[in-house]
Amino acid sequence: MERKIRVLIAKPGLDGHDRGALIIAQALRDHGMEVIYTGLRQSPAQIAQAAIQEDVDVVGLSSLSGGHKTLFPKVVEALKEKDAEDIPVIGGGVIPDEDIAYLLEQGVQKIFTPGTPTTETVDFIKSCVSGDSNE
Amino acid sequence: MTERFNEQLNEWKKQVEKTNERFPERKEQFVNKSDIEIDPLYFPKEDQVDEEYSEKIGFPGQYPYTRGIQPSMYRNRFWTMRQYAGFGSAEETNKRFRYLLEQGQTGLSVAFDLPTQIGYDSDDSMSEGEVGKVGVAIDSLEDMETLLKGIPLDQVSTSMTINAPASVLLCMYIAVAEKQGVPKEKVTGTIQNDILKEYIARGTYIYPPKPSMRLITNIFEYCANEVPKFNTISISGYHIREAGSTAVQEVAFTLANGMAYVDAAIESGLEVDQFAPRLAFFFNAHNNFFEEAAKFRAARRIWAKMMKEKYKAQNEKSWRLRFHTQTGGSTLTAQQPDNNIVRVALQALSAVLGGTQSLHTNSRDEALALPTEESARIALRTQQIIAHESGVADTVDPLAGSYYVEQMTDEIEKEVMAYIDRIEEMGGAVQAVEEGYMQREIHQAAYETQKKIESQEEVIVGMNEFKIEEEVHEDLLRVDEQLEQNQVKQVQNVRDQRNQPQVDEQLNKLKEAAQKSHENLMPYILDCVKSYATVGEICHVLRDEFGEYTGM
Amino acid sequence: MDQLAERIDNQDQRALARAITMIENDHPNKLSLLSDLNQRKKGAHYIGITGSPGAGKSSLVDHFITLLREQNKKVAVIAVDPTSPFSGGALLGDRVRMHKHFTDENVFIRSMATRGSLGGLARATKDAIRACDAYGFDYIIVETVGVGQSELDIMKVADTTAVILTPNSGDILQVFKAGIMEIADLFILNKADLPGVRKLKNQLKDLIHISGHHGHEPQIVETTSAAKPTGFDELHEAFKHHWQYLQQSEAGMQKRKEQLRHEVYELMQEALYKDLHKTIENTPQMKEKIDQVEDPYQLAQTWLSEWRGLSKGESNGKRN
Repeated sequence: MERKIRVLIAKPGLDGHDRGALIIAQALRDHGMEVIYTGLRQSPAQIAQAAIQEDVDVVGLSSLSGGHKTLFPKVVEALKEKDAEDIPVIGGGVIPDEDIAYLLEQGVQKIFTPGTPTTETVDFIKSCVSGDSNE
Repeated sequence: MTERFNEQLNEWKKQVEKTNERFPERKEQFVNKSDIEIDPLYFPKEDQVDEEYSEKIGFPGQYPYTRGIQPSMYRNRFWTMRQYAGFGSAEETNKRFRYLLEQGQTGLSVAFDLPTQIGYDSDDSMSEGEVGKVGVAIDSLEDMETLLKGIPLDQVSTSMTINAPASVLLCMYIAVAEKQGVPKEKVTGTIQNDILKEYIARGTYIYPPKPSMRLITNIFEYCANEVPKFNTISISGYHIREAGSTAVQEVAFTLANGMAYVDAAIESGLEVDQFAPRLAFFFNAHNNFFEEAAKFRAARRIWAKMMKEKYKAQNEKSWRLRFHTQTGGSTLTAQQPDNNIVRVALQALSAVLGGTQSLHTNSRDEALALPTEESARIALRTQQIIAHESGVADTVDPLAGSYYVEQMTDEIEKEVMAYIDRIEEMGGAVQAVEEGYMQREIHQAAYETQKKIESQEEVIVGMNEFKIEEEVHEDLLRVDEQLEQNQVKQVQNVRDQRNQPQVDEQLNKLKEAAQKSHENLMPYILDCVKSYATVGEICHVLRDEFGEYTGM
Repeated sequence: MDQLAERIDNQDQRALARAITMIENDHPNKLSLLSDLNQRKKGAHYIGITGSPGAGKSSLVDHFITLLREQNKKVAVIAVDPTSPFSGGALLGDRVRMHKHFTDENVFIRSMATRGSLGGLARATKDAIRACDAYGFDYIIVETVGVGQSELDIMKVADTTAVILTPNSGDILQVFKAGIMEIADLFILNKADLPGVRKLKNQLKDLIHISGHHGHEPQIVETTSAAKPTGFDELHEAFKHHWQYLQQSEAGMQKRKEQLRHEVYELMQEALYKDLHKTIENTPQMKEKIDQVEDPYQLAQTWLSEWRGLSKGESNGKRN
C-alpha cells in the first residue's frame, strides 16, 4: 500500500504575508507530499476542522504578525476539542526565540524560525510521520 | 544633433534658477574635503553628445525624467525621512510620533494593526490576538484624535499605510484636522489606497476588485475637488518585492497596476490631468546596489512615456513618477541582526542615488519583532549619515553615464515593458490579478530564490555562510498583552456614549448610497465617521453590499 | 474495520476522513470496508462539476453550498487537483474559496490529488463518494479540473454531471472536442454578467443539437458569483429536475444500472491487473523476460495464450 504524507498549511489570524507559507507548501510538494493550503485569515476552529476532514499527518502554521502566542496554542486546543490531539502542529514565521519555549509547552511540536532551510522542515515532518502507524 | 541637447541644457539652467529662488540651495558652495567644487549636475561634453542621450537620459526635471523629477534634486532639499511607526494603542504611537519629530524626522508614517487594515473592530472575534500587534489600533474617530493629539496637521504631512478601508481612515484624518481648525484644502499626506497589490502580495483586502476600484476612484474624485494636496494613492511595488518578486517584476506589476487605476479613473469620467499629479509610488530597495539604482531610473522613464504617449497627459506633473522607498524587510536576517544595519545602509544609498522623494530605513531587528526605540533611531541615523556625511546628495544623479548603470536601466525597461505588454494582452492588471497571473509569477521567483539560498548559490552573510552560535536576543519590543483588552473596552465605551440613532441613520445612508453605483461614497463615510461610527461598522455595511473577496 | 464503517454511519467525520485516506492509499482492507460502507449508503445525489481553471468552479461550489445549507441539506465536496508528475506531491488549494463553511459541521470538504498511478484516481474518487454516502450527506459534489480522460471517468459515477463554461474563454470548443458534450447533463454559464454570454449560449445550443443527446436534453443555467450571486436557485432546480428524471424515467434508471454494471468490470479489471502485475514482478523467469522485452506483442501473446490455456484447463478440470 502506498502511503502519502498529507500536510495542512494554514495561516491563522489576519496577517496576509503568505510568501513563507507558499514556499514551504511548494517545497513539501516537491518532496512528494500532498499539501492542502487553506488560504489567509483562518480561525483556529477552521484550521482544526480542515485538518480533520483532510486527515492530514501534520498541521503547519505560519504567522508574521506577532499573533502566534495567542493563535498557535488555540489551534492545538481546537484539535484537542475534536479529539484530534494526535495530529502534530508545527509553526514558523517571525517568532522571537523567547516565545519558542512557551509555544512548545503549549503543545506545538516544533517552531521553525526565519532562515531555516526547507529541507529541515521536510525531514522533521517525515520523522513525525514515521513514528505513527496510521491504523 | 547638439541643438536639442543645448535646448535641454538651457531649459534646465532656467529651471534650476527658478527652483533656487523658491528653495535656496542647502549650501552656498558645494565643495569636498579636497576643496574641489561640486557642480549641481555632470553631463556629456558637447563633442560627446548624441541623440540617444537627449532621448533617453536628458536632464533632471525634464521628460523622460531618467535623471530625476526635479532639476536640482537634493541640492535644495533632502528627501523626506519618513519612518513608518505605529504599534499598540493610539496613545503610545502618539508618543513615538512626537519623539520622532523631535529627533528631526520630517514626516509621519502610520502603521495600522491588522484588524484596522481589514475593517474589523478590536472587539470583533476575527481580531483576537491581532489588536495593536503590527501597528496602531484605530476603531473610531476617538482613537484618531488621540493618535494625532498635539501634532499640527497644517505643518506635518502624514502617510497612512491603509488600503481596503483607506476611505474611512482618510475621512477620520480630515475630521480631526477640521477639529484642529485646519481646513481640508490644507492637509497634506498620502494614503496607500492600492488595493491591487493587496490581492497580489499583501493580503489585506476586504471587497472584490470591482467595488474596490470604485472606492478608489471615489477617493480620487473627492480629493481632486476637496483635498487637493493629499496624495490619493501610493501605488506600491514594495510588497510585491517582499513577496519574492524580482526587481523587474516589482516595477512591471506596479506600473501595470498604476495603469489600471488611471484607466478606472478615466472610465469614471475624470480627466487624466485631474488626478494623475496626485499619484505617488512606493518601491523597495534590496541589496543589489546597481540593479536597484537602475530600477528607479527605469521606472521613472517608463511612467513618463506611458503618461505622455499612451494617456496623452498634458500637465508635466502627470508625467513625473514620485516615489517613496523603503529598504527591503525580507533581506534582513534574524541571525546576527546587527549586520542588517549595513544592508539597510547600502539599500538606502541605492534609493538616494535612484532619486527617491522619501525614504524609510528598516530597523535591524525587524526580522525578529517590532523595532525598539534604539533600533529605530539607528535606522534614522543611517539616512542622516547618507544625507549629511557621504556627499552623495551634492550632485544630481551621479551614476548617470556609467556604461553599466545606463545599460542596466535600458535592460530593465525592456524587460518591464515585456511584462506590461503581456498584462495588457490579458486585459489589464485587474484581469491579470483575478486570474492569479502576477501571484504565480512572484511565487515562482520566490521559490527559485529560496532554492538558491538553500543550495548556497546565493550567499546570505550570517545566515547560510559565516554563521556563529548566537544568544537569545533579549531587548526586543513586546506589545503589552493587556492592550487588546483595553482597546476592546474603549471601543465599547465609545459605542455606549455616542448618539446611536444618529450613527444608525448615517450608516443607513451609506448603505443606500453604496447601492447606487454612480454615487460618490466619500461624503457619506465622512458623516459616518463624524458620528463616531467605527471602522468595523462602516466596513460591514460595505461588505454586505459589495461582498468579500475570498482569495485565490 | 466494521468499527470504522459504523463510526461513519454515526456521522463521525474523523472516521470518514480516515476511510478516505485508506481508500486513497489502497489499504489491504479497502474492499471489505467499502462493501460495509456500500450497505450503509443513504442515497445521496452525486453531482460532478467540471470546467477549466479560471471558470470559477470553487466560487460556484461555495455559493451552491451556501444555498444548500440554507435549506438545511448536508453537503460533502470532493475537490480533485492534479499531482505533480515530477515529485508525486500535490498542492491542493480548492478549499481556499470555501473557507466560510469550514466550521459548519454539516459540510465536509476533502481535497484529493490525482496521484496519477494506473488510473486509480477515478476509482478512489468513486469510493470516496460511497464513503460519504454512508455518512448520510444529501449532496455529494465532486469538483475536477479540466477535461482529461480521468476527469471524464470520474463523471461516470456522478448522477448529474454539470459542465461550467464562461464567455469568451474558448472552453466550449475544448469541451466539444473532449467528448464532454455527450456526458453533460447540465451546462452552467458562469460569469454570465460578462459580455459574450448570448453568443456562448447560442453556440452551446447548436453544439448540443449536433451531439444528439438521447434521453435528457441538458438544461442551460446562467450564474454569476459576484457580491450577490445570481442563478443559484435555478441551478438547484435544474439539479433536482435531473434527479427526478433519474428516479422516475426508464432511461434514468437505466443510467444508474449501467453505472453499477460498469463498476463491476472496473473493480475486476483493477484487481486482475494488480494480481497480474504482482505475479510478473515476483516470478523471476517472467520478470527477466519482461525486463528484457524487445517485442511486446510477442511476449504479451505468449503469456496470454498460456493464461487462456491455463484457465481453460482449470474449467475443464472442474468439469471432469
